[in-house]
Amino acid sequence: MTDSPIVVEADRLSRRFGPIVAVNELSLTVARGEIFGLIGPDGAGKTTVLRLLAAVMPPSSGQARVLGFDIRHQAERIRQAIGYMPQKFSLYADLTVIENLNFFADLFNVRGARRHQRIAELLAFSRLAEFTERRAAALSGGMQKKLALACALIHNPQVIFLDEPTTGVDPISRREFWDILSSLHVQGATIIVSTPYMDEAERCSRVGLMYEGRIAECDTPDGLRRLTPGELLAVWTPQVMQARRIAAALPGVLEVQTYGDLLHVFVHDAAAIAPQLAQALAAAGVPVTEIKRAQPRVEEAFISLIVGRRAAT
Amino acid sequence: MDAVVTENLTKRFGGFIAVDRVNLRVPIGVIFGFLGPNGSGKTTTIRMLLGLLQPSEGRATILGFDCAAETEAIRRRAGYMSQRFSLYDELTVVENLDFYGHTYGVVGRRLAERKRFILELAGLKGREKELTRNLSGGWKQRLALGVAILHEPQVLFLDEPTAGVDPVSRRQFWELLYTQAAAGVTVFVTTHYMDEAEQCQALAFIHRGKIVAQGSPAEIKAQQMRGQVLEIACQPTAVALPILKGLALFEEVALYGARLHAVAENAAALMPRVEAALTAAGVAVQEITPIPPSLEDVFISRIR
Repeated sequence: MTDSPIVVEADRLSRRFGPIVAVNELSLTVARGEIFGLIGPDGAGKTTVLRLLAAVMPPSSGQARVLGFDIRHQAERIRQAIGYMPQKFSLYADLTVIENLNFFADLFNVRGARRHQRIAELLAFSRLAEFTERRAAALSGGMQKKLALACALIHNPQVIFLDEPTTGVDPISRREFWDILSSLHVQGATIIVSTPYMDEAERCSRVGLMYEGRIAECDTPDGLRRLTPGELLAVWTPQVMQARRIAAALPGVLEVQTYGDLLHVFVHDAAAIAPQLAQALAAAGVPVTEIKRAQPRVEEAFISLIVGRRAAT
Repeated sequence: MDAVVTENLTKRFGGFIAVDRVNLRVPIGVIFGFLGPNGSGKTTTIRMLLGLLQPSEGRATILGFDCAAETEAIRRRAGYMSQRFSLYDELTVVENLDFYGHTYGVVGRRLAERKRFILELAGLKGREKELTRNLSGGWKQRLALGVAILHEPQVLFLDEPTAGVDPVSRRQFWELLYTQAAAGVTVFVTTHYMDEAEQCQALAFIHRGKIVAQGSPAEIKAQQMRGQVLEIACQPTAVALPILKGLALFEEVALYGARLHAVAENAAALMPRVEAALTAAGVAVQEITPIPPSLEDVFISRIR
């Protein structure tokens, strides 16, 4: 292991499955203590990147180091040093919560008083202490995810790879799961987490937007927001469909997005357009609750990025 | 008249109450979001609305027709797109449309017209002969929507329609829904994506079979949030987070990248105490601002 501030370093990493290029010359650096989000739709290559970095699958070309270990030649060292929670976690459904934890403690050679203490910590931390005798199969989806995480943390790893830990769990479990990741962050862990949910980008310190096997853009959430064109006006109105037609026809308007009772109007110059927009809406008899400058969403940044790339090719 | 009305709609399975005295009112031509976690009663409610399941108590109507008693009238007026898209993978695009056309009794010239309209609308022109299994998620989803609107339903039910599709396709799909709503179709959509709920004009949150909040996104945020959210931009957040939790003033403190969100009744009044506590611990505070809650914040505050 090393004390270097760089925990993950990937250089033109590729992975092919027959004719399919799942990961395409991907380069990436993650520093100690980051919560790094790999965000993208299904099929973008997120799972394959995590498998490569967790050294459970070799790359077709390119290289990467995790904690200074080479993913090709030091796979065993990497697997012992990191925590890896795959998307479909192989919990033993017929074993109880405590039996699963003991099983993983055996695998990672965590024994004696250290095991006892670590299991107690993990049970408290994952709020599973009341359920130690329950079979994994009988846990809710959210609780299964937490048990899977607890098992992945049994050997107290300082780097944790999580593949879509919140997919399909309810909003409360999702919140709770991110709380747990935040406490790991407070304890100094480095977290690399993949998710298809664009709103989870906001919870990461840095985000790689994945698309077609590559990281299309990598920045802080605020940095990503600046990828959207121009400036943004948020318009609240009970008559969105009408307001949308009027806004889209106004000169200087680049794009209009609809959200229920809210319009996001991307414009070249918000200060100049805001009064014109208000006037045009008033003239058409469309009531407006409020118009103000707003921050674009990470999803909007991702969409303009992809649309821009498709137009370029 | 409203598009969908339920009065104390209830469904019991043995001792388990899946849907518990649900009262909904969905006006014609709106996009209505029915939100809740997996297992909260969303699909059971839809099944009762479509007349596939008899309620244990209460009643539901679609455009004035009783969902349990007038199933034929309901079937003609309601379209349904299920979570799994229920398309035939081994059929081509146009064969799927033909098959469902016949199932719904849409034939002859009307079928030809509807097919042309749907292929245009879904952007599937030129792909008529492609096997459905070869379509990407976004195309499949738009074809499934096309199939659900073949018989020109006035109320369209969509059960988690956007799971797993990329953001651009998701956005295109929502554009199609807005077009439908603008044409007077009522769209009743279930989702567990809280950010997607923001796209709806009216919403109801269901949790354990009960409605916990109902209204437009703005009304829900303004009236139904318990507490206020403070956004705190500071460095380092790893030090700040345990300090704020330790103050025991907030119901929730959560990390959002380089910021923290803290929720409390009357949170704005706590701003000076937050700043003092963080500064004393050597945390550099850039900004503390009250922010509007997200729909997820509201949902969590309602069921906690």
